[in-house]
Amino acid sequence: MPAEGLLAASWLLIALPLAGAAVLLLGGRRTDRWGHLLGTATVAAAFVLAVACTVQLAGTDGRSVDVELFTFISAGELDVTAGLLYDPLSAVFVLLITGVGSLIHVYSIGYMAHDPARRRFFAYLNLFVAAMLLLVLGNSYVALYVGWEGVGLASYLLIAFWYTRPAAATAAKKAFIMNRVGDVGLAIAVFIMFAQLGTTSYAGVHAGVATLAGGTVTAIGLLLLLGACGKSGQFPLQAWLPDAMEGPTPVSALIHAATMVTAGVYLIARSAPVYDETPTARTVVLAVGAVTLLIGAIAGCAYDDIKKVLAYSTVSQIGYMFLAVGLGPAGYVAGLAHLLAHGFFKAGLFLGAGSVMHAMDDQVDMRRFGALWKKLPVTFVTFGLGYLALIGFPFLSGYFTKDAIIEAALDRGDTWGWVLGGVAVLGAGLTAFYMTRLMLMTFFGEARWTDGVHPHESPSVMTAPMVVLAVGSVFSGALLVSVFPLSGWLEPVFGEPAEAEHVVAPAVIGLVVTVVMALGVLAAWLFVGRREVPVTAPVRVSPVTRAARNALYVDTINESLFMRPGQWLTRALVWFDNRGVDGAVNGLAAGLGGSSSRLGRAQNGFVRTYALGMLGGAVMVAGALLAVTAG
Amino acid sequence: MTISYYLVLAAILFTIGAVGVLVRRNAIVVFMCIELMLNSVNLTLVTFARSTGTIDGQIMAFFVMVVAAAEVVIGLAIIMSIYRTRRSASVDDANLLKY
Amino acid sequence: MSASLYLVAMIALPAVGAAVVAALPRERSLLAKQVTLGVSLAVLLLAVLATLAFDPGGERFQLTSSISWIPDFGADFALGVDGIALVMLLLIGVLVPLVVGASWHEADAGPRPPRVFFAWLLLLEAMMVGVFAATDVLLFYVFFEAMLVPMYFLIGSFGGPRRQYAAVKFFLYSLVGGLIMLAAVIGLYVVSTSQLGEGTFAFDALRQLDIDPDVQKLLFLGFFIAFAIKAPLVPLHTWLPDSGAEAPIGGAVLLVGVLDKVGTFGFLRYCLPLFPDASRFFAPFVLVLAVVGILYAALLAMGQSDMKRLVSYTSISHFGFIALGIFAFTTEAGTGAVLYMVNHGIATGLLFIVVGMLIARGGSREIGDYGGVARHAPKLAGAFLVAGLASLALPGTNSFVSEFLVLIGAFPERPVFTVLATAGIILAALYILLMYQRTMHGPARGVLLEAVDDAPAGPPPTGGGGATAVAAAPAPARGVLRVRDLDRRELAVVAPLIALIIGLGVYPQPLLDLIEPAVSATMSDVGAASGGTDR
Repeated sequence: MPAEGLLAASWLLIALPLAGAAVLLLGGRRTDRWGHLLGTATVAAAFVLAVACTVQLAGTDGRSVDVELFTFISAGELDVTAGLLYDPLSAVFVLLITGVGSLIHVYSIGYMAHDPARRRFFAYLNLFVAAMLLLVLGNSYVALYVGWEGVGLASYLLIAFWYTRPAAATAAKKAFIMNRVGDVGLAIAVFIMFAQLGTTSYAGVHAGVATLAGGTVTAIGLLLLLGACGKSGQFPLQAWLPDAMEGPTPVSALIHAATMVTAGVYLIARSAPVYDETPTARTVVLAVGAVTLLIGAIAGCAYDDIKKVLAYSTVSQIGYMFLAVGLGPAGYVAGLAHLLAHGFFKAGLFLGAGSVMHAMDDQVDMRRFGALWKKLPVTFVTFGLGYLALIGFPFLSGYFTKDAIIEAALDRGDTWGWVLGGVAVLGAGLTAFYMTRLMLMTFFGEARWTDGVHPHESPSVMTAPMVVLAVGSVFSGALLVSVFPLSGWLEPVFGEPAEAEHVVAPAVIGLVVTVVMALGVLAAWLFVGRREVPVTAPVRVSPVTRAARNALYVDTINESLFMRPGQWLTRALVWFDNRGVDGAVNGLAAGLGGSSSRLGRAQNGFVRTYALGMLGGAVMVAGALLAVTAG
Repeated sequence: MTISYYLVLAAILFTIGAVGVLVRRNAIVVFMCIELMLNSVNLTLVTFARSTGTIDGQIMAFFVMVVAAAEVVIGLAIIMSIYRTRRSASVDDANLLKY
Repeated sequence: MSASLYLVAMIALPAVGAAVVAALPRERSLLAKQVTLGVSLAVLLLAVLATLAFDPGGERFQLTSSISWIPDFGADFALGVDGIALVMLLLIGVLVPLVVGASWHEADAGPRPPRVFFAWLLLLEAMMVGVFAATDVLLFYVFFEAMLVPMYFLIGSFGGPRRQYAAVKFFLYSLVGGLIMLAAVIGLYVVSTSQLGEGTFAFDALRQLDIDPDVQKLLFLGFFIAFAIKAPLVPLHTWLPDSGAEAPIGGAVLLVGVLDKVGTFGFLRYCLPLFPDASRFFAPFVLVLAVVGILYAALLAMGQSDMKRLVSYTSISHFGFIALGIFAFTTEAGTGAVLYMVNHGIATGLLFIVVGMLIARGGSREIGDYGGVARHAPKLAGAFLVAGLASLALPGTNSFVSEFLVLIGAFPERPVFTVLATAGIILAALYILLMYQRTMHGPARGVLLEAVDDAPAGPPPTGGGGATAVAAAPAPARGVLRVRDLDRRELAVVAPLIALIIGLGVYPQPLLDLIEPAVSATMSDVGAASGGTDR
């Protein structure tokens, strides 16, 4: 139904941060002094507006509101209207983005205080929030695509924020290009929708998808999945996400943990009517989720860089979400609940990691940390709560949401269900292992600090957001599952939650997961906690460890499969174009020039030669005339 | 009266002129040979005019004579100036105008 | 002024202006620049007025005017615009003043006086307006060829080190195409003589002809080869990288931004409506060339070390998209293709201009001679990034709308070609970001770097002051990057283009409203003939 009241002004949600970004970018150095405040204020205002809009939405019939803005592209049969769709699903995301976004803006004021380019940082961050809100609020796949590439740009700019470091510049480019690979999939999916249904709006596509041939729907589903994999760092396009940690830590928290990388989950959840029609594509989603979950968890166990461990943890946790939404109607809500809880605890963990780095002169090597719990008490407590939530400690948020996913997987009841459930449980154990390893190496044990490092707790402008996120990490799971159930809120989008027939009793699952988690923690203590941690990584390690340290050689595969042949092909084509195509043209020119100069030799300057030529010509003409008249 | 005699004579004259142009080196002789060819053509024109009873050919012959006169004036002037600069009247010595 | 005189004035004004500028005394070069700027702004005003007078829903050709030119041949000096030509005139109107601004100091140092440069520029503008506004095929041909002359001199007199080679190559390529087209124009005249009793070159009359399919194929090829050279389709493209690299920046912008669009414009205006059967017959062949061009030129762009050559190759890739849009024969793709022509002019124009500004500072066209510029010249880097993003068709920039329309419009008709072409957007991201990263990101290095010890105490060198290449690159710590950020003149050139890129990226509909009726009519020319001649 059309929007009224505040909801009609929901475009302001996007316009506010966008205006902030524009002012900061165009204002130049004049805005240096108050730029960060403006940036934070616009996002905070958007959050307030989002809360108000959501409250109004809750009281609206059908809980779905269309906001038509203007005609974006209209030509021939194609008619794309720029419009917003405010429904429970987008509302959840809008709250997450603006809420966590505001907190991270506040945190960044402190974190980036000494960076001369802080204004630019806030401008990019605002740009990101605007693009991300467009992504989740757009009412058509085209609007989603615009936001989709917009967040890609913001991510590029922010990863390359310290662009004088070649590693940062390269990581940014890698992220953008791997995302573009996914974007091609998304774009082609949109083309198919237009070709088959003549529309790209959610309403039109979702209404018409049931009329399409099965193969077409599967193709759309798989192409959308390709896009989702690119954005969310899922197999086989996960390699960019750990590299993206070159960006400032608040960026890692906001973009590469809490919001942007979950856009893939949003896309699949939003396209639920498409996936409902195609079990094949859904199975692929499941497989992608399960594989990524394991890859991320395994790689997370081996890295010593605190941010990379968290990044692989993100890859792995998003794998859980993909697995959940791949289950279909049974899993959408579980996946989204995990997404929200993850938004809280992973953002909190990254901010905590940032606080640790802040204290340790921007070092990221955990082998140089240790015994920080005394020096950084607030960071330790908030980080610890996030840690417990992530590994699924009973009755913290991760416990509820992860259990729900495992439950939904087992509820399938077939072999697939058991495999997926097993993978998810195994992943939970690995998660407990690598996160405990991280905790032990960072906060406990001996101090292995490099000389001259004097850890100190971060200023309150940084710790306050961490506290808020820690509180969220503790309670969000219980809130979303029991007190204020997400399934009820999302009912208008995914339909009434079916009463599942449990294959395994939830209590049993909870118990099993807790035991596995405890085993993981114990293993971490055995391997890391009770021993001395060497300050340089041991070189003589098993092949498994080496593979994990290289993230299962994904970068190597990408390089030898795409990069090197690509470079070779490029060089070969340049040679071909210069020598082959252009060479043919230049050769023709040279041939003409050569033969003309050779013909020119006939002009030898002797009058009598010319006279002979004329005579010969005249004789030939006369002969020809005679031949024609006589013959 | 048959016109063949006149035509044969004209052909012989033309051939003498053409061969002269091709084989002689002295510019004056070459020049005279050209005149010879022109006049052989004149003879042909007049012959045909006579045989067809029209005067077109005769008028044309006059044109040729006028052109030949003009040509003589310019041609001799050129030959003179070449002779002055090169001390030679041989056409093979005036071969600078080439590739 | 009567609306029908707008087009005449748009040709006459720069032509007269060129004569005036050329006649100015040698030492009045500032006046020459001011006159040129004034005239080009007046043309922009006329273009805007023409747009306001144009009714998108009305007659196909509007603002028409015609006087008899060569009555014996039935050739008229006939002008008029449809929506397609009108947006191109707008593009010319916008680009030329900016090119004048960007080239303000271009010819100052050269052996030839600046007034000559600006006179050629204005003459080029007159010819470009003429070629888009002509509604008489012979007149079109005359402008098509005449356009070469000022461009030849712009490249040959004011270009880079290999300007002679590039200028002659450009001229010969275009001339070969032009002569083949002349043969086809005459052929068309002959056909019109036999069908209408009296020969004509008027486009509207020629469009009504019913030409035998075999003859159509020959005539189509005549026009097509000329246009395929102009809007270079692989494999007729190798003149563009040379010309684009050697031309002065202003020339390069107009060459790639407008001149080459005559080719794609010609596809739409002449090939499709005049030879519908042949167009459909050759469409798969053209599409192969287009898609090969998109991917091939993008890969080649990645392999270039010369920035101007790189941008030229990206343009070849983009022309592939335009050709794909035109020969997919759908209104959406065709509209997208025309919009692409405009957007590409703006985006690549900006890219060329910004690259030119960087080259003016460093004196080298090699990517490897630059590094870390963003830190010292953030405005330059920002403009570079916007231009690059527009070139890789990021949503929110104008190019996205056109590329999206081309692809989504072509997909239903030609899915395989479209999917292949879509892969080109990955390559686009690669070549742009590689160039951006190497020049703007990373530690400071390259020709702009000066060792601290040698740095003069005075003001930092401006313009090409840093041109002296650093033979053995000193250690970054000891060097300091001397690079001037954009000054006011340069900002005034760059800002309107950036505004257009974003503005047309968010709200392209006004242009689409102008373009769509004309494209739709063209496409129905192609489609409608299918019932008539396939019998």
